[in-house]
Amino acid sequence: MRPQLLGSALALALGVSPACAATIEVTIDKLVFSPATVQAKVGDTIEWTNKDILAHTATVKGGWDVMIPAKSKGKITLKAAGAVDYFCRFHPNMNGHIEVAP
Amino acid sequence: MFMRPTAALAALFLISTAPLALAAEKPTDPQIAHIAYTAGTIDIEAAKLAIEKSKNKEIVAFAKDMERDHEAVNKQALDLVKKLKVTPEDNDTSKALAKAAKEERAKLAKLKGADFDRAYIENEVAYHKQVNGALETLLIPSASNAELKSLLETGLKIFQGHEQHAEHVAGMLK
Repeated sequence: MRPQLLGSALALALGVSPACAATIEVTIDKLVFSPATVQAKVGDTIEWTNKDILAHTATVKGGWDVMIPAKSKGKITLKAAGAVDYFCRFHPNMNGHIEVAP
Repeated sequence: MFMRPTAALAALFLISTAPLALAAEKPTDPQIAHIAYTAGTIDIEAAKLAIEKSKNKEIVAFAKDMERDHEAVNKQALDLVKKLKVTPEDNDTSKALAKAAKEERAKLAKLKGADFDRAYIENEVAYHKQVNGALETLLIPSASNAELKSLLETGLKIFQGHEQHAEHVAGMLK
């Protein structure tokens, strides 16, 4: 319990609550991000699980870029509020959307 | 000069699919498997040529993406035909595809630098467009096995992605 308490105290000091930081799962199957739109908060992590035999990316134009290898996972912790559209650089017909609340 | 590969491919598909259409005969699953595998192999060979010849970072990265994706899809296709105990069967469409690809490779091999890069990427756009057209109008509707049909449908989505990716890279060269 103690490390957890320490973590909470630290989080309070930093003004971030780890109790609210969630991991949001997005699955990639047959070149589709599912769910295509997710709601998140700053500090949340998006984790993509790629079921395809192909490597994909989750890329925001002029922003972040996450590699998601075939039959593997990729993740990013959201640092900025706002809505972003992302796509796969290798297959630009794959699109997703994240709404990040402050 | 950039119109030529497109025209050649358009002609090729007209010629190669016309006899099938005229005979009111759809390609069989073993023929479809052969056509799909051949089409993938052609793009892998084109990619290898580009990786060897091009000095353009974007072109080489694109070619590596093509090599990796088409090898993965072809491996999946081979696994499926093995599972279904289907032996891919050579046919006129596969032969015409291979012949046109050989001519295209010979043309590309003679080009250098930016001329090569442009010709390669323009051909990638045209080639994926043609293959996607054949998948949509002939190969997917003709496939009778559900798993083969599903693999072709996923293939179409992948190759439509490649077509957009190729268009993007072509746009960057201009």
